[in-house]
Amino acid sequence: MSTTDRRPALAVDTVAPVEGRSPWRLAWDRLRRDRVAVACAAFIVLLVLVAILADPISKLIGYGPTQQDRTGGITPDGLPTPPSLHHLLGTDNLGRDILVRIVYGSRVSLAVGVGAAVAAVVIGVVVGLCAGYLGPAVDSVLARLMDVVLSFPFLLFAIALVTVAGPSELIEIAVIAFFSWAAVGRIVRGQTLAIREKEYVEAARSLGAGDLRIMFVDVLPNLVAPVIVYTTLLIPVSIVFEATLSYLGVGIIPPTPSWGNMISDAQGFYQVAWWFLVFPGVALVLTTLAFNLLGDSVRDALDPRTEIRGR
Amino acid sequence: MDDVLLRLSGVVKHFPIRQGILLKHRIGSVQAVDGVSLEVRRGETLGIVGETGCGKSTLARCITRLHTLTAGTVTFDGEDISTLSRRRLRPVRREIQMIFQDPYGSLNPRRRVGSIIGDPFAIHGLADGLERKRKVQELMELVGLNPEHYNRFPAEFSGGQRQRIGVARALAVRPKLIVCDEPVSALDVSIQAQIINLLEGLQADFGLTYVFIAHDLSVVEHVSDRVAVMYLGKVVELAEADQLYGGPRHPYAAALLSAASVPDPDLADRRERIILTGDVPSPVDPPAGCRFHPRCPKARDRCRIEEPGLVARDGDPAAHLTACHFPVEAGENLARA
Repeated sequence: MSTTDRRPALAVDTVAPVEGRSPWRLAWDRLRRDRVAVACAAFIVLLVLVAILADPISKLIGYGPTQQDRTGGITPDGLPTPPSLHHLLGTDNLGRDILVRIVYGSRVSLAVGVGAAVAAVVIGVVVGLCAGYLGPAVDSVLARLMDVVLSFPFLLFAIALVTVAGPSELIEIAVIAFFSWAAVGRIVRGQTLAIREKEYVEAARSLGAGDLRIMFVDVLPNLVAPVIVYTTLLIPVSIVFEATLSYLGVGIIPPTPSWGNMISDAQGFYQVAWWFLVFPGVALVLTTLAFNLLGDSVRDALDPRTEIRGR
Repeated sequence: MDDVLLRLSGVVKHFPIRQGILLKHRIGSVQAVDGVSLEVRRGETLGIVGETGCGKSTLARCITRLHTLTAGTVTFDGEDISTLSRRRLRPVRREIQMIFQDPYGSLNPRRRVGSIIGDPFAIHGLADGLERKRKVQELMELVGLNPEHYNRFPAEFSGGQRQRIGVARALAVRPKLIVCDEPVSALDVSIQAQIINLLEGLQADFGLTYVFIAHDLSVVEHVSDRVAVMYLGKVVELAEADQLYGGPRHPYAAALLSAASVPDPDLADRRERIILTGDVPSPVDPPAGCRFHPRCPKARDRCRIEEPGLVARDGDPAAHLTACHFPVEAGENLARA
């Protein structure tokens, strides 16, 4: 930690009032100075607002997400109409406004992406902590379990599971979380194994602290940095996973729009209606990119060794 | 009330060495501590010295029950604590505290100092909220820290200040016994003196009993009433500090003392050091008989076969115990032996 290094040695006792700058505060300061991170965060905030305000936005545009514009939204040949003042991003093969559908699709992507990532991280952290801390017997069971989950051919199993359980948003979250938690669990387990040997864990034990207290008060705070980084990187993966399932027809069921099933619908028309395929694709790529870049920036900010970018 | 606060009898700690991937089988064991019997009286400081790897720290962790004993008993305040369950051990943990060697490793870098020192209150449910904060700040003042630094992180303190934090944490529950595992060996010499003075002051104020482990002989001589010298998991000599330093009886203790640095350069030049040959044997496979015999200048056939007991030798006071068949006599010069 470089907290004290920055100040002259003598100033430590003379500066008043005394206020500790926590490692979190330092990371936050670093993150704020990172222009890429700020831009990505702004994009994500915008996306969240769009998802929340989807209803007013669709009213403003004048079309609902499943509403077919039979007069101006479809050509006499029955083809999608290109971007125009009526439909800013054009319409799809059924005459539905693509912009409105992308706006509603962001709800699905964010809900499933964030929901699945958070669920996976919670499960992964708890299982990883137990595996790493509670000793070889628990560890050998849980580590094998993680190996098994990680060795599933997960797309195949996801399709099979959704087919059996019937598609819904909740099932999607459950399926994505089920195939993602083990990777988190492994990271947490490894870190826990290293931390449990530290002297401060011994100190806590000699004070009489129980296993649960040590796991959550002494070990967990030291895991927060990698967990935050992994969560931000897991969200875009989950969003793409959701789009993949929807694309394959086992995710969100039409007519409810999701970016994945829009891309799927566009497949038969991309030669005559490029906007039908490109805009949902762009939305997906930009969102994934923003989360990934933000994740990288968070990792850099939490690592005291990296240099501050964007200054 | 019994004068003896802590009694170790035949304490053994072996660490198994396992091999194999799925079906692990035991192929041997590191005999870190092998039959140590000691008594620590109320209010005294017992020093334990020995070179790296002789089992000092393992012994400390046996006393504080961070390790489970392989054999033997640890009796604290008349109660055998060596087999207590974790739940039954909790009240004992308030009585025995530990100060660690590494002031960087022993404080959680992600937690504020106030919460670290407040840990004992939280764990034993002794004080909450504002009362806890007040008590923590009292402790910080007691060990010479600025109470306003309550909300700082360990990284914002120097090594000496961090060790004071460790002392404050150990002191929080008003223990009877504090096991100091090389509390000053990671610190600068000038800071060492401050911490030792602090520990001595606290001992006088609170009537603490210390088990003080170190490899720095002069530090141990300064703080200890009695000193135990360890070699390869065994105590080889145990005596009052001035007796041991005045006339060590065990050849290993003599060699160790002759290697200690002396502040006076003239004296250091005239003094003859006993140079031991060879390395410390592996604790996995210690030598038969006296464990020191392969390196001992006085070793004879008997030493290779018969293990010497830790008893008072001819001419020594009853409290001066030596585990050697042929102890060093007064005036004998081992350096030329």
